[in-house]
Amino acid sequence: MRQHILPALRLTAVTIVFFCGIYTIFILAIAQAAPGKGRGETVTVNGKVVGFALEGQNFNQDKYFWSRPSAVSYNAAGSAGSNKGPTNPDYLKQVQDRIDTFLVHNPGIKKAEIPSELVTASGSGLDPDLSPSGAKVQVKRIAAIRRIDEKVLIKLIDQHTDAPFLGIFGPNKVNVLKLNIALDELK
Amino acid sequence: MNTEILGVLAMYGILVLLAIPIGRYIGKVYAGERTWPDPVLGPLDHVFFRLSGIKADRDMNWKQHLVALLTINLVWFLFSMLMLMNMSWLPFNPDGNPSMSADLAFNTTVSFVSNTNLQHYSGESGVSYLGQLVLMLFQFVSAGTGMAACAVVFNAMKERTTEKLGNFYNYFIKSCTRILLPLAIVVAIILVFNGTPMTFQGKDSYISMQGDTVQVSRGPAAAMIAIKQLGTNGGGFFGANSAVPFENPNYFTNMVEDISIVLIPMAMVFALGYILKRRRLAWVIFGVMTIGFLCFLIPSLFYEMKGNPSIGHLGISQSLGSMEGKEVRFGSAASAFWGITTTVTSNGSVNAMHDSFTPLTGMFTMLGMMVNSFYGGVGVGFLNFYVYMIIAVFISGLMVGRTPEFLGKKIEAKEMKIATMVALLHTFLILSFTALSSHLFAAHPQEYAGWLNNPGNHGFSEMLYEYTSSSANNGSGFEGLGDGVPFWNITCGIVMLLSRFIPIVGPVAIAGILAKKKYIPESAGTLKTDTTTFGIMVFAVIAIVVALSFFPALSLGPLAEFFGVK
Repeated sequence: MRQHILPALRLTAVTIVFFCGIYTIFILAIAQAAPGKGRGETVTVNGKVVGFALEGQNFNQDKYFWSRPSAVSYNAAGSAGSNKGPTNPDYLKQVQDRIDTFLVHNPGIKKAEIPSELVTASGSGLDPDLSPSGAKVQVKRIAAIRRIDEKVLIKLIDQHTDAPFLGIFGPNKVNVLKLNIALDELK
Repeated sequence: MNTEILGVLAMYGILVLLAIPIGRYIGKVYAGERTWPDPVLGPLDHVFFRLSGIKADRDMNWKQHLVALLTINLVWFLFSMLMLMNMSWLPFNPDGNPSMSADLAFNTTVSFVSNTNLQHYSGESGVSYLGQLVLMLFQFVSAGTGMAACAVVFNAMKERTTEKLGNFYNYFIKSCTRILLPLAIVVAIILVFNGTPMTFQGKDSYISMQGDTVQVSRGPAAAMIAIKQLGTNGGGFFGANSAVPFENPNYFTNMVEDISIVLIPMAMVFALGYILKRRRLAWVIFGVMTIGFLCFLIPSLFYEMKGNPSIGHLGISQSLGSMEGKEVRFGSAASAFWGITTTVTSNGSVNAMHDSFTPLTGMFTMLGMMVNSFYGGVGVGFLNFYVYMIIAVFISGLMVGRTPEFLGKKIEAKEMKIATMVALLHTFLILSFTALSSHLFAAHPQEYAGWLNNPGNHGFSEMLYEYTSSSANNGSGFEGLGDGVPFWNITCGIVMLLSRFIPIVGPVAIAGILAKKKYIPESAGTLKTDTTTFGIMVFAVIAIVVALSFFPALSLGPLAEFFGVK
């Protein structure tokens, strides 16, 4: 073993310098050319930062499209899912409560129209997206509150729907923050 | 066709297309042949060798390999303990995160040195940026260690009689610089251009449209995420791992990261074919692994896309599938695909919360770790498979009345004893520690109430999963488990330590002993190992060992939960 200690120590030192140092600095340098310079791209409205492009934020006011439930209340200082098991009775009650709340705030919507992502928590607690149907099921409520024609809102959602990657891979989605910014800019 | 399914097919297709040439490249690197990046990486290796005082051409026997491997791992262990317990006052700590307690530092150190990356802390609040960089170092070198051990076994499997099995440091350094580093740079660059942070600035904050003040964690994440995927490490920069938008911004990055998870484990099989000049054998191994993988993948895709029946009873639409713990931008299919790829390999990063998977998907993720050799971890996945092959050769030899020979070497009692011990160690560690924790929980329900996030069978699954993940050096979790306490830190640490090094020592010893034996050329009496029949035999050995060992435990956890759904 003794003959291996010195090489082990020296090799460890070299790998520290190379992988913690040089590799990190190299990627850091490349990040300066990336959007947001590797510091996270922000979204600005009227010169004011209102969020980060990738991270979801909490929308629970009736005048906005709601975002998904979150186990960390969209506080991006941390991240977590609920980690509730699929058959946990407390969890199922919680989902039932969310369904009831949704129905109260969205008169005229039937239970079967609510897509599951609106009443289940995401993996990160920071999910920025909804499915197009998750946004469209909220149109009636927002149209009534904002006194906007439902067709205008549907069109807005369609405009903000991201197609699958390359048009064929993965699901459709709508970024809730961008959709709500566009909603405020209507009229 | 459904775009979510198309996405999954594309990921698997691209994966195989990349693994074949990269496997060939890895084979050339270990065989010491010329490769195209030589002009750049040759001088880099030379710097490593010079500064470390290593003579790369000095051959070692299998014992010397193991001593070198264990010595350097001990150095890493001490270095990591020192850093993690002193992070708070060291530089690069803009968020003022604390140092780790001794038991948490022990768990985290063992976890990263053993290529497991089980995380009983949350990246945003539990480590400084310096701590993250130290952990990233281990993501390179622990992967390099596993690959080097695998390279020794490849070398020992050649048709000749020798004790000289190459130089450990040579295999180790080249695994890091020639294989992991170039791929990591490519993946990291893709990530930063898709929005993953790479900065030393601390948390940012903004006021949301509804007027909430929100803090946003950032950091030098892209560099770490690239190597966490490629080296089957899996330890995320942020708490919720690759479910976090910053770690995995969109469907494209999800494809890149998920392909990175399986790329090297799969390529190692083709590297074996190249080094031994036995392509057929490589394809047989690949076939067995792929069939095993599909057995877990297909039902998981089905159940996740179908949705959670208990939620279905509430009367809402589940056209997107089961969405608890999943992200909309990936969807249920890509989440199930990731769940299986990350557990059959020993990666353990997640893009959806495994605790919230439907019961049978949860079981298949556990089975992936219980087998731990359908592709498996970088290097070590093949070592586990090698053990199963040795057992299969021996059993089939007995069945047909031929001397059990594997690639021209006679397998005798000593090798069989080592192989059996390694194969059963995994079962022993998982089941005995799950039994211990279940006993404690059942005997002191008040005291340990904080352990479980879910009642009943699912709660049992949380404990079973934790030890399965530790013993498979996987690192994912049913994260509802309250595991940040001394009991879990210490027991999981012990499990990870034993199940890392014994399954490396065992196969290297077997291969070393076999290499020294007389080479017997193939004859009519030789059991052919590059045939479908032998493939089926290996598959049967794996299925029987795993089914007999784990069926009772699984029936108490996910199976009972599945059949209990009304």
